[in-house]
Amino acid sequence: MKFTFFIEGENFSKAGTASSEVKKILKQLNVDPKIIKRTVVSLYEAEVNVVAHAFEGNMNVEIFPDKIVVRIEDKGPGIPDIDKAMEKGFSTATPKVREMGFGAGMGLPNIKKNSDEMNISSKVNVGTKLEIVNYLK
Amino acid sequence: MEKAHFYHALKVVEEVCIGCTHCMNVCPTSAIRVKNGIADINKNACVDCGECLNSCPVNAIIVEQDDFSQIFHYKQRVALLPTVLLGQFPDDISEKQIYSVILELGFTHVYEVDETADILTEVTKTYMQKHHQERPFISSFCPAIVRLIQVKFPALVEHIIHLKPVIDISAIFYREKLKNEGFSDDEVGIFYVTPCAAKIAAVKSPVGEDKSFIDGVINMDFIYNKVLLSIKQNKSKELKYELNKHISRRSIGWTLTNGEASQYSGRCLAIDEIHNVIEVLEKLENEEITDVDFIELRACDHSCAGGVLTTENRFLAIERLRKRADWYHRNKPIILEKKEIEEYRPYLLENISIKSIEPRSILSLDTDMMEAMKKMEKINRILKVLPSIDCGACGAPRCQALAEDVVQGKAKMTQCVFLQKMLTKEGLITPQESFDISENTWGVKRFEKKNINDH
Ligand SMILES: Nc1ncnc2c1ncn2[C@@H]1O[C@H](COP(=O)(O)OP(=O)(O)O)[C@@H](O)[C@H]1O
Ligand code: SF4
Ligand code: SF4
Ligand SMILES: [Mg+2]
Repeated sequence: MKFTFFIEGENFSKAGTASSEVKKILKQLNVDPKIIKRTVVSLYEAEVNVVAHAFEGNMNVEIFPDKIVVRIEDKGPGIPDIDKAMEKGFSTATPKVREMGFGAGMGLPNIKKNSDEMNISSKVNVGTKLEIVNYLK
Repeated sequence: MEKAHFYHALKVVEEVCIGCTHCMNVCPTSAIRVKNGIADINKNACVDCGECLNSCPVNAIIVEQDDFSQIFHYKQRVALLPTVLLGQFPDDISEKQIYSVILELGFTHVYEVDETADILTEVTKTYMQKHHQERPFISSFCPAIVRLIQVKFPALVEHIIHLKPVIDISAIFYREKLKNEGFSDDEVGIFYVTPCAAKIAAVKSPVGEDKSFIDGVINMDFIYNKVLLSIKQNKSKELKYELNKHISRRSIGWTLTNGEASQYSGRCLAIDEIHNVIEVLEKLENEEITDVDFIELRACDHSCAGGVLTTENRFLAIERLRKRADWYHRNKPIILEKKEIEEYRPYLLENISIKSIEPRSILSLDTDMMEAMKKMEKINRILKVLPSIDCGACGAPRCQALAEDVVQGKAKMTQCVFLQKMLTKEGLITPQESFDISENTWGVKRFEKKNINDH
């Protein structure tokens, strides 16, 4: 089963809408609440990253009998040094974004913690692709 | 899917219900459908919040109560009161008068349940320290919220504090006290005067307890009327009740918004009104709100002052309760050397825990995920042909709800009035068939011939 949600860049008031939609679907599919929680927490962080750091993006959700695969692809500045970005506390967030309570540099580390597999690839000035896989069993 | 039977005090009076769909549209768990022209409440989904009752224009939804005379089955008859009751009466009616009338009605003891808030606060503090990994802690105070979390936010169930609310602590305190005074268990009847339907459900189908500690429930509006009547008719001349107690500010404020949250250190939030609560629970579930220690959640607007069985305007009731708390605080009429309840502290602490609270999601389409996926695909296909205007004319609150009902075998797609028109135009159903379907949803009466010129 496939679903696609659009993510609007720079609109913090809408950040979380896509992950909430995915949560609704997973609840309807009777997925274990603990797995839903992990998935939604990581999707929320990924969604916020698109809002905060990129121009726009899509969240593509694919649900298989044994796993949930989510690809978040954005058009944006990309990440020059992924290893660095993965470090706890590293952030390039602007003061404006920090004022809104985002930009603690814990997003990517939290995604890693809350997913079974995480793949990230990025091209500077093109965009970022993030894949999150959570197994259902 | 669910086997258990849940008791709900909210009942639709079929003779009065006009099938107007107001309740169906406000129910926060989408528990209501209109069938045969009458609102029908799904017992598995209802959380007893009372929103439907508040929205009904013809008072067709009522809170069923126990027969009052049942109190006389017991030798010792204890009336447990919520402090909000005292906020319902005009200023010129004294606490003493209210207590006296309640005794005259036939009770042998009167006790305000929120008095045990002092003990609960202390135990909660230790509980939160001991179980710190379960942070954020959600209060178990409001039964409608506990049920809401069970059915809609199953992942959050484990954050609910597994301690008895004051109503149960007070009940076990009073029962034990009377036992010590020499009465046997079946001589003691404990009755709760309830401000809402949710507390009744909590008494009749307790969550996290094997049985209830309360023998019966009396609706607060009933007591309100009795007290006013008795005072207006000047019946209660001799005041039976000796006012020799002291109630803390904490106890009097307990049922009001921030009553609990103000007691604990750390980051504490107090949220009232069920839609606000749902919004916060969504965020909590997504971990959009983190770093919170304690969350007080109440289904009613302005907490229990807004309970469905209250009679006074909630703002006035709150003002009175604040005044009452101030009065006790300033005058401390007679502070008992040592409160009687203190002797029972060890006993209460021993019995204050509750068992596990089980999630029972109403959201999943099927227990089997593959089946659920198939159903979801079907729902999405059905939604493509429904008009998505959520008119409710099919007897379901939204097109999405009708689609789900169809897939679950609880409704027919042709209940949609738009589809009916299309199918009729294409000759796939006859006008008579279309009419029959609508009659099934809305009842025969709705379609009785009415002549415009008659009005
Ligand atoms: N989708 C993205 N596009 C561009 N840069 C990103 C994206 N996601 C993350 N980054 C970069 O990685 C850094 C770390 O991300 P994260 O751990 O989520 O912390 P934060 O978002 O709080 O800054 C960000 O500050 C940003 O520089
Ligand atoms: S009490 Fe609340 S949950 Fe139950 S049917 Fe009424 S509105 Fe819905
Ligand atoms: S807020 Fe109070 S009155 Fe309202 S449902 Fe909850 S317990 Fe009952
Ligand atoms: Mg981030």
